[in-house]
Amino acid sequence: MTEAIPQPTSQPINVAELLVDPAGVPRARAMLQRAEWAARAFARYDKASVDAIVRAAAAAGAAKAREYADWAVRETGFGVAEHKVLKNIACSTGIVDYYASHDYVTPRIDHEARIVEVPRPAGVVLALTPSTNPVATVFVKCLLALMTRCVVVVSPHPLARGVCADAARTLAAAAVQAGAPDGVIQVVDEPSVPLIDALMTDERTSVIVATGGVPVVRAAYSSGTPAIGVGPGNVPVLVDATADLAKAARRIVDSKSFDNSILCTNESVLIVTEQAAAALLRQLKQAGAYLLEPGERDRVAKLLFPGGRFDIRFVGQDASRIAAEAGLRVPKSTRVLLAPFDLVVPEEPLAREKLCPVLGLVRVPSARRGIDAARAVLRLSGRGHSAAIHSTDPQVIMEYGAAVDVLRVAVNVGASLGSAGLETNLAPTMTIGTGFFGRSSVAENLHPSHLVQCTRLAYNRDPAEPFGDFAGLVPWQAPAGPVPPYPVASNQRGDHPRPADGDGPARTTARSEHNGFSPDASGLREEIRRLILEELSQLAGG
Amino acid sequence: MTEELISFASKQDMLAKSKQFWNPDKTQFWIDSGVPLVIDRREGYFIYDVEGKRLIDVHLNGGTYNLGHRNPEVAAAVTAAMQRFDIGNHHFPSLARTALAEALIKTAPRAVDSPPKGEPRGSGGKGFPPGSGGSPGGSPPRGLAKVMYGSGGGEAIDIALKSARHATGRRGIVSVAKAYHGHTGLAVAAGDERFATLFLADRPDEFTHVPFNDLDAMEAALRGRDVAAVIMETIPATYGFPLPAPGYLAGVKRLCGRYGALYIADEVQTGLMRTGELWAISKHGVDPDILVSGKGISGGMYPVSVVLATEAAAGWLTEDGFAHMSTFGGAELGCVAALKTLEITCRPEVRSMVHYIAGTFTDGLARIQATYPDWFTGIRQDGLVMGLEFGHPQGAKFVMKRLYEHGVWAIFSTLDPRVLQYKPGVLLTPALCEELLERTEVAIGKARDDAAGDTATGRRR
Repeated sequence: MTEAIPQPTSQPINVAELLVDPAGVPRARAMLQRAEWAARAFARYDKASVDAIVRAAAAAGAAKAREYADWAVRETGFGVAEHKVLKNIACSTGIVDYYASHDYVTPRIDHEARIVEVPRPAGVVLALTPSTNPVATVFVKCLLALMTRCVVVVSPHPLARGVCADAARTLAAAAVQAGAPDGVIQVVDEPSVPLIDALMTDERTSVIVATGGVPVVRAAYSSGTPAIGVGPGNVPVLVDATADLAKAARRIVDSKSFDNSILCTNESVLIVTEQAAAALLRQLKQAGAYLLEPGERDRVAKLLFPGGRFDIRFVGQDASRIAAEAGLRVPKSTRVLLAPFDLVVPEEPLAREKLCPVLGLVRVPSARRGIDAARAVLRLSGRGHSAAIHSTDPQVIMEYGAAVDVLRVAVNVGASLGSAGLETNLAPTMTIGTGFFGRSSVAENLHPSHLVQCTRLAYNRDPAEPFGDFAGLVPWQAPAGPVPPYPVASNQRGDHPRPADGDGPARTTARSEHNGFSPDASGLREEIRRLILEELSQLAGG
Repeated sequence: MTEELISFASKQDMLAKSKQFWNPDKTQFWIDSGVPLVIDRREGYFIYDVEGKRLIDVHLNGGTYNLGHRNPEVAAAVTAAMQRFDIGNHHFPSLARTALAEALIKTAPRAVDSPPKGEPRGSGGKGFPPGSGGSPGGSPPRGLAKVMYGSGGGEAIDIALKSARHATGRRGIVSVAKAYHGHTGLAVAAGDERFATLFLADRPDEFTHVPFNDLDAMEAALRGRDVAAVIMETIPATYGFPLPAPGYLAGVKRLCGRYGALYIADEVQTGLMRTGELWAISKHGVDPDILVSGKGISGGMYPVSVVLATEAAAGWLTEDGFAHMSTFGGAELGCVAALKTLEITCRPEVRSMVHYIAGTFTDGLARIQATYPDWFTGIRQDGLVMGLEFGHPQGAKFVMKRLYEHGVWAIFSTLDPRVLQYKPGVLLTPALCEELLERTEVAIGKARDDAAGDTATGRRR
């Protein structure tokens, strides 16, 4: 109100203030209720309809891979647009190709066990997505949900909310256009703490998939709603003398500089045996790493960890900018700063997670001492997440894997894309399960099967009781038209009433060849891998 | 505090006093009808009898409780407003009235999404003007520019009819037979004689009633060019929601244009997203000269009613703004409740949900009908506006009684007791829809046997 109207109280009248909940909580609840309706409809879709929807959404996302890469860098200030393009493609059409032969929809018959498994989706997935891999994470979570007939409410990190909201809407529009129920993907435009809390604790949320900082993940787990939360990483990488040091060096530098270390799977501390150190360092320099002198190292440590805490201004910044800010002169071609230190201990800041291309470097007398050092890295943070090793000695690799408290070890491959499943045969994802080590409920990379469970029709074990003939019996149907149908008045609907759903399962002759929960797409996976490697080498060369 | 003011020894004691001090006939009617309901607690779509019986409300008092009873958001808005506002002074420009008027004219129509691609377009039955009638989600009414306020639907209808008479300089009002527009002076005369003659309130010389869905009769009534307005419920509620034939309403509007009469859309029961669009009339491609809303407009928390009119139809506001007034019309607390109600109703999520709910009832009721085709003879549905037809002159009364027994409150249509008014809420959850359909199926089955064994045709009403 203007000052022209005298007010009886000190506060100006604002009618809107009385009406609008600033946290947007009621609107968020409305989204969940719409989501509940959409989930109810989507849970009865058949495989062919789901496939068409997934493909359409992925293609729409991939078509904007470049636009969203630029936008994400612009909005968050993190990372490398070129690399984000790759991630956006890998996490849209790439991920769909990877799961192309899977089936999370059609009932499976196990004649031997006398059990029929009927897939039942989780329902409403609340996807909390981070600022570091914003669009790729939105893509992965939405597409895994679509594959399993779940619906999604995306709550993006506030730093990346613009690009995430647009990415989610792009997928939503394509999915609905392809026949998905209205409201299958929704997004919170103005995320806030009370709003996220309301979403997480709401009974209509079936499962929370939380990627982000520790507080967000812990909040998800304490919400009372089933949650899949994953912890932070702090990746040790061990190199011993049996490794192909030239390849190891190149892989480490490529991985550490990929998207400026923004993947949580990126190498944090390089542990090298004395025997291999000199040769590896030569190769690292050749690949674009710069070895900091002790004085330079201290300046970088002080810059990145003022007061002992990582300064998030440097998340996803490139090596030359960090060097410049630290007042250092480094070669123009520098992609990674190597920061040597003696001992992995809590008071050593460089031993902690660094989401920027600064790689700690520790020399150890033996592989056994290297394993100790790797365990020490994970004592600081990153338990359950990931580690890497470059070695050709299976015994060392086995000992390493059995000793470090992580649930995936990338072997002879860059850690960033290796542990994320883009350069290994792990499930491709931006969401890395940290298991019991990391106080999480999932140990694997986030996978569609985390979002769907099965009703098991379990027959009497006695063979005298005949097992039913379920061949081709599918309870799901393709939608008859838009879902929900537009409410046309009953005297204008024409002569054909809509087919009522739930009239019993239909027999189909075309049956899925593949048992959904056993991945086999090596050809497609190889193709993605080749594409990424090709692009990476071009980037490295340029 | 409520207990200090309201206290009865028992339900029987209360009912006796209700007859003694309030309305003996009506009180006895419900007892005789097998619906001895005295509503106490209420929450969401549930009402509770004083003895604790839970009922799902699918009467909603004609949409008054569209958003549920005591919707927490509306309640919070009114509670907050009470710290600053009361009814207000009807002479002066008012914060809340102005804000609501602006929202109704601007925000509300804009907030309705255009239908997404892929939704079916209208079948375009005979009589449709090209490019308009029947197209689902047709554009919201254009040209509405001013808002006038009442405290209830009847008063708002009176304001609408007065405005039309002023604008046209004519007295005649045409409405459809069996229409219901409320009980105030002009409104009751426009409605069915059932409520007018008892009070000698019918005015046959000025008020003409024509059969519904009959364009020839309508044209005959308008041809004399002495009619100020045609007033139409978009779907006549108390008559059991007979649906306007494809093109009928657009045809009426065309005739109004031809003979210089205004078109008044009574959207008291059909508006506020009940048909899947904010105003049902927009599904018929009609831009009314005047649109009336009441009941649900203020979320069932504080009464208010509104009349939206074009500049031409609202001319008296410019000529003599004191010509009509109402102490309680546009009470500020009601306006705040309405602002919140409108905001909730216009959320894209809510529109989507209404479409889901409507589809669920289309399927569920079709399944029930398939079980009892000879008894459950017809379904009139436009979104969440539903009339269920039964094969007995008093059929809906049997169903109402059995529904009550099975925990559902739905009312028969006063002007056509074959038809049950079935008006589920716009914020229903999937779980409650399923529960409601199950209860409905069982009640309809039992009512069939009741009706088969009945020889009397029931009481009046």
